[in-house]
Amino acid sequence: MQTKPSILIRIKRLPVSWPLVSLLLLLLINLLFIPSFFALEIRDGQLYGSLVDVLHRGSIGMILALGMTLVVATGGVDLSVGSVMAITGAIAALLLTVSTLSTLLIIPIALIVALLAGWINGLLVTRAGLQPIVATLILMVSGRGIARFITGEKVIGFGAEQQAETFSFIGNGTLFGLPFTITLASSLFIATLWIVRKTALGLFIEALGTNEKASYATGIQAQRIKIGVYLFAAFCAGIAGLVDTANIQAADTVNAGIFTELDAIFAVVVGGTALTGGRFSLTGSLIGAILLQTLLTTLYTFGVAADTAPIPKALVILTVCLIQSEPIQKRLQKWRCI
Amino acid sequence: MKRIPVNIYPVLATAAVFFILFATASLMFPGFCSLYVVTDLFSENAFLGIAALGMTLVILSGGIDLSVGSLIGFTTIFTARCITDFQLHPLLAWLLAILIGVAFGALMGTLIVRFKMPPFLVTLGGLFLARGMAFAVKKESIQIHHSFYETLDNFRLPIAHAELTFPAILFILLLLRLIWLLHYTPFGRAIYAIGGNEHSARLMGLPVDRSLIMVYTLNGLFAAIAGIAMTLYMDSGNPTNALALELDVIAVVVIGGTLLSGGVGYALGTLLGFLIHTTIYQITYFANLPASLGSITIGLLLLLFILLQRGLSRIRH
Repeated sequence: MQTKPSILIRIKRLPVSWPLVSLLLLLLINLLFIPSFFALEIRDGQLYGSLVDVLHRGSIGMILALGMTLVVATGGVDLSVGSVMAITGAIAALLLTVSTLSTLLIIPIALIVALLAGWINGLLVTRAGLQPIVATLILMVSGRGIARFITGEKVIGFGAEQQAETFSFIGNGTLFGLPFTITLASSLFIATLWIVRKTALGLFIEALGTNEKASYATGIQAQRIKIGVYLFAAFCAGIAGLVDTANIQAADTVNAGIFTELDAIFAVVVGGTALTGGRFSLTGSLIGAILLQTLLTTLYTFGVAADTAPIPKALVILTVCLIQSEPIQKRLQKWRCI
Repeated sequence: MKRIPVNIYPVLATAAVFFILFATASLMFPGFCSLYVVTDLFSENAFLGIAALGMTLVILSGGIDLSVGSLIGFTTIFTARCITDFQLHPLLAWLLAILIGVAFGALMGTLIVRFKMPPFLVTLGGLFLARGMAFAVKKESIQIHHSFYETLDNFRLPIAHAELTFPAILFILLLLRLIWLLHYTPFGRAIYAIGGNEHSARLMGLPVDRSLIMVYTLNGLFAAIAGIAMTLYMDSGNPTNALALELDVIAVVVIGGTLLSGGVGYALGTLLGFLIHTTIYQITYFANLPASLGSITIGLLLLLFILLQRGLSRIRH
């Protein structure tokens, strides 16, 4: 008779347990060394504190991680999200400064451009049959050039523009006493989770990522779903680009979204979605993104400079990947058997 | 007549693109078609070419290395700090920088091979690590004033009425070394075999693991030398140097006809890719166009060549 695994083992098997444990560990370190990390206060009806700050600054990473999760689940990867962020920001800033279009029109236009980028990625992966790394590398290389071309090789600031006030709400506004970015990221997360889990779409994506040929044989339209996930990743990148641009009130095409694709991939991998595709966990990726931002914020409060912070970040990335690597996992399993 | 092997097609296409590009530029701008402009391409971009040589090895073996830009940036600031702040002789500083580059590459290679981790993920970590290390050395740019550097800066190898600088000569020597390594040694043949089919290479009894670690180690070496060439060109080191240069380096190699899936490509192709890349930027400079147009053109060429490669591999199968 098969015994039911104990509750501890069942928790351990959950994909989100790894990043969650790391996150709690990190919070514990903060609790011991920087108690002020947990301080929250309400000023003018708005909540302030390091925890709120982590979620606010981490919102871009969270939004990108959502799109990246679905791409990785199909066995692909999207390296172009940073460039797409830069392009979207450039378009929005340009339209805000040179045109008289209303913000409500500028946002969809910028997002349509982002979707166009995703569509190109999707076509290269499906129709041209390129490896996803190769296909999205093209836009990663040229995307930043396109963004620089749009802004005329300079930083476009729009802080002084009158109509920019509505636009800057995306990055700096407050809703329900919290930064709007938190509401934006969490509603996107809930919407995505609802769509992939309440419909068969999530199952299709997992089937496709596990075995493309078999999923095709069962009647899943692999090509359409693939194009769909690249469109979605670009859409998320577009929103992240708008948040970033609204936040700094300028389109800085050199630095906007630089290396964010790497952060997003890391969040997904830490969150328990394998790069080989198949089963995915949106919640895991979300926690992965929060973990990464908490790590950065913790480092800053410990006095690590922003430009040397990549060292500990890289060490964490490599360690996590090392633990998840095949040879180490095999060895761990051997130990468990003894 | 013997048929031209399919593997050479990408390189032939690259050569054709380069000649068309150069001929058009020569017709458009008087004075473009001169030996002086060509040697200038080598002298001003030697660091890019040297880094592309290392990347050729990596891509031929079927891998990718995203950390080279950061490693080059680190090497420039490290060398500058050793020479200017610690008063070391440049040769000693170079030796230290090369040792670090080699150790870094070996670490990447070991992680990729021994722990079976995807190359792009490992070198992604390397990208962050090396950039952070660069800023840890010093946050601001450091000038290099040393008699040894001045001697090297003033050194010129005259070729007809034009001349080559020291970094350019270094690039050409390393290119010759790579050609010899790839085509005349067992190691080179092993790289092609691994890139073609790693499993078969293993079954054939080739030292796959050792060769792959060697590939990433050599790439670290090439990146360190590229960083040194950059300090010679700029007479300074800066932790922000070569930001995202890995993308240009990969583009040079792929435009040079090396297949991103590995196993097919030539060192000479990389030279052509290097010439195309630098000529495009030279044209934007001559025509007074924004440099962003250059990088968009590189992206389009990259797309064109990747699609071409894809088409060819479909023909082959």
